Amino acid sequence: MTALPPIFENWFAARGWSIHPHQQTLLDRADAPALLLIAPTGGGKTLAGFLPTLVDLADGCHDGLHTVYISPLKALAADIRRNLTMPVAELGLPIRMEDRTGDTSHARRRRQRADPPHILLTTPESLALLLSYEDAPRIFAGLKRVVVDEIHALADSKRGDQLMLCLARLSALCPGLRRLGLSATVEDPDAIARFLADHPGRCEIVHADPGPDPDISMLQTDEPPPWAGGGGVHAIPAILEQVRRHRTTLIFHNTRAQSEIFFHALWLANDDDLPIGIHHGSLSREQRERVEAAMVAGKLRAVVCTGSLDLGIDWGDVDLVIQVGAPKNVKRLVQRIGRANHRYNAPSKALLVPANRFEVVECVAALEAVRARALDGEPRGPGPRDVLCQHILITAAAGPLDADTLFAEVTRAGPYADLSRADFDACLDFVATGGYALRAYDRWQRLKCTNGAWHLRDPRAVTRIRMNIGTIIDTEMMKVRLKNSRGGTPLGEVEEAFAATLTPGDTFLIGGQVVRFEGLRDMAVEVTRRAGAAPRIAVFSGTKFATSTQLSDRILRLLCRSDWPELPDHTAHWLHLQRQMSKLPQPDRLLIETFPHDGRAQTCVYAFAGRNAQQTLGLLLTRQMEEAGLHPLGFVATDYATLIWGLEMPVDPASLFDAQAMRAGFDTWLTGNAVMKRTFRGAAVIAGLIERNTPGRRKTGRQAGFSSDILYDTLVKYDPDHLLLKITREEAMKGLVDFGRIEEMLDRVRGRIDHVALPRVSPLAAPLFLEAGRVPVDGTGQERLLAEQAHGAMQAAGLG
Amino acid sequence: MNGFAFSLCGAPLIALPSGALWWSGARLLAVGDLHLGKSERLARRGGAMLPPYEVHETLTRLEADIAATDPGTVLCLGDSFDDLDAAAGLNACAVQELKGLMAGREWIWVAGNHDPGPTDLGGTHLAELHRGALVFRHIAVPGARGEVSGHYHPKARLGRVSRPAFLVDSARVILPAYGTYTGGLHSDDRALQGLMGKRALAVLTGKAATPIPMRRDGSR
Repeated sequence: MTALPPIFENWFAARGWSIHPHQQTLLDRADAPALLLIAPTGGGKTLAGFLPTLVDLADGCHDGLHTVYISPLKALAADIRRNLTMPVAELGLPIRMEDRTGDTSHARRRRQRADPPHILLTTPESLALLLSYEDAPRIFAGLKRVVVDEIHALADSKRGDQLMLCLARLSALCPGLRRLGLSATVEDPDAIARFLADHPGRCEIVHADPGPDPDISMLQTDEPPPWAGGGGVHAIPAILEQVRRHRTTLIFHNTRAQSEIFFHALWLANDDDLPIGIHHGSLSREQRERVEAAMVAGKLRAVVCTGSLDLGIDWGDVDLVIQVGAPKNVKRLVQRIGRANHRYNAPSKALLVPANRFEVVECVAALEAVRARALDGEPRGPGPRDVLCQHILITAAAGPLDADTLFAEVTRAGPYADLSRADFDACLDFVATGGYALRAYDRWQRLKCTNGAWHLRDPRAVTRIRMNIGTIIDTEMMKVRLKNSRGGTPLGEVEEAFAATLTPGDTFLIGGQVVRFEGLRDMAVEVTRRAGAAPRIAVFSGTKFATSTQLSDRILRLLCRSDWPELPDHTAHWLHLQRQMSKLPQPDRLLIETFPHDGRAQTCVYAFAGRNAQQTLGLLLTRQMEEAGLHPLGFVATDYATLIWGLEMPVDPASLFDAQAMRAGFDTWLTGNAVMKRTFRGAAVIAGLIERNTPGRRKTGRQAGFSSDILYDTLVKYDPDHLLLKITREEAMKGLVDFGRIEEMLDRVRGRIDHVALPRVSPLAAPLFLEAGRVPVDGTGQERLLAEQAHGAMQAAGLG
Repeated sequence: MNGFAFSLCGAPLIALPSGALWWSGARLLAVGDLHLGKSERLARRGGAMLPPYEVHETLTRLEADIAATDPGTVLCLGDSFDDLDAAAGLNACAVQELKGLMAGREWIWVAGNHDPGPTDLGGTHLAELHRGALVFRHIAVPGARGEVSGHYHPKARLGRVSRPAFLVDSARVILPAYGTYTGGLHSDDRALQGLMGKRALAVLTGKAATPIPMRRDGSR
């Protein structure tokens, strides 16, 4: 056992603290090449991560950079620096610590490059940027340790893939570099260990005491939740009561739009004037910082928030977490609950508020999963190649590269450990020549190979490369400002597509206030305050999470029980009624109901495949129905079912589920799909085909010359086997199209399809009629609709 | 002829759904802002290497318009090339394609800000062209009458759909960009609002040419 140096021992003792076992373990194994610590929130993770560094630096003998700490959030890097400053100062350690993020000033960043601190706290993007400099070997000379915080959050995203490539680069620059990952509780620690390891080496796992089980239950409300929708507004009196009874409450919502609507309603019902704030990613930085500061100062009793508060920033004395709406994913729920009672060995307290009747079932299933400690998660495939393309560019920006050496280096990164040489070469070719079937750029290649070394043809390109580092793809957003003569207070952002639908006089919600759209000015949406008016609703895309496979499966198994004493009476009654009138869906079968309603033939398919896959299923089935002459008119999808309406009743809906026909239809359908175009844009930006920023002017996506859809259409037409189209297809299958889960469902069901023809709507199908997001089937309709609208506008203007 | 018919200073014109303008009386086909060689220029300057198919794609569409109208004169309203080096840098296939289109008819290149000088590709190079009551130039001149121009790449929006568009009033028409790799400027931009009269129309391109009022919000 490595003994703690006396000054540390005394410091702990002076506080009446003793070192946690896992902190001691990390100290003992400080020389392991790669370690992963799994610890619950509040488990002293950060100190555990830094203790070996602080001990190592205590003698003042180390020159230059010693430890790089990486966090997914800029705010977290700054927060950790502040938290570490206290022990370092009190221990009188000769250590210089600085953070470096996109918010760090230019002068300071330059100085950090010239004279790096001992401990640098940064983000994956800022690290990638540092590695793009020619003098990276000098900056990182002597680096001993890398600490990756909240690695579970990074491991789910391309940011994590990029970071692992950067760590491979760092390990090549600094042999003997040791890595440490800090993770919240996850379902598959081995997967994260493989992600972090320096391959072919391994990464060992240290488990901290998971702490007591959380105190988690469903909030009982006097009013039953509505049949459909997802606001949680019915529970506001009960939620306010809970806020009164606790010191500080976090109220999580799944989407930004929902949090806005809820906050507005909460504010109207807040008769005691409890100080309550709102925090989400579309609000302006000023506004978010105000809420964060008030929170840390203990001035707020509650914050209505979204995932932007999910990560481990210490927001003060939170003693209750409320989750409004179904959690969709048990792992995320557990991590959110960990936000409450940020103290080790005290149980976290959380309440779930189902927003509609079906979510009651989902919440109960999620509660059972939490109690069983059964977390969920989809295994991630191999590292995406668009990220690799960007990494090759970044590496080339730092200096000439040898293809064999770089291939060996990137395959040391977990996500790319199984990358084939052919795939690597295709990425290198794309970066160098564009990778087109028509070899057009011989003279203007981006990378040239001279004497076996690949280098930038035009050295000035480094500026453009550095300006476009990163894998976060934002939807095109526009700033919202209060209109006044001096430019106006920024309130936040809305999607460009939403701004496009506004006409002066329209009202919408942002930051909990109702505002009136006045006009566009300098690429910003100008608004005035309009209290009391009924708002249209800001449409934020956010990520619409689909219910996880594991949770869907639990729900199906719950539905199979003979009775449901664990459900509130209203919901149990609803399920009993469904069993009497029709059938309940079963795990290994597919239930399809058909019935007439509203003058239409309705078909309801309960595939429990998650929102994205159910949406795709709707598009595929309506296509097949169109071919079968059933004249489908539209559909709507939820996490558990798709409801299709049309003119003709399908006699044998099971025949629509021929797997082969479905796959064939899928291929043609997929190519022209808007989801593909959106996915393509992301891949094209990351891989460097589209530059978000160019020297001289910072552009928004909208100004970026022309739409990426044009590039997509051109490639599909002239170069269908291009690397970027392959990447797009792979990604869409997993992400927004989620065809994987349709395949899974087909596999699970194996043709066991139950068709129930009913005289009227079934209880389980009824809420679907109230769902928002109805999709019309797109035939020749759009052009006709357009012509009608145009005619109307001409008439109205007296020009027709 | 499928398109939106209107008259400018007595000349009957048709805004084609493709974005080209057809003057049957003069057998003249006008197209704006082809931006040929855009991908080559970006690559040359060390930027992105876009799919190098846009010259072929643009010329294929132009070929279809020429086949449908059989014009005696084709007039390119400037910014026909992304820059003069891009004109020189067209590959042999593209030059062949272009020569095929030019053969047997008058071909006029109006100078644009991207391509101010003549090229080696033949045709006539002019700063502007006066024909009948009309004048063709790259950038609209405030106060001009009977003017046909390009430059702004206008587009207009109807509901959630936004498309390249002609802007038409009693004094002038501004053509949408014809080139494949071109973006657009919204018709509600001040520059365009200032040029066009109160009762101006925006004619959306696409499967059909769809006219809508250029101003619809009543605020201006």
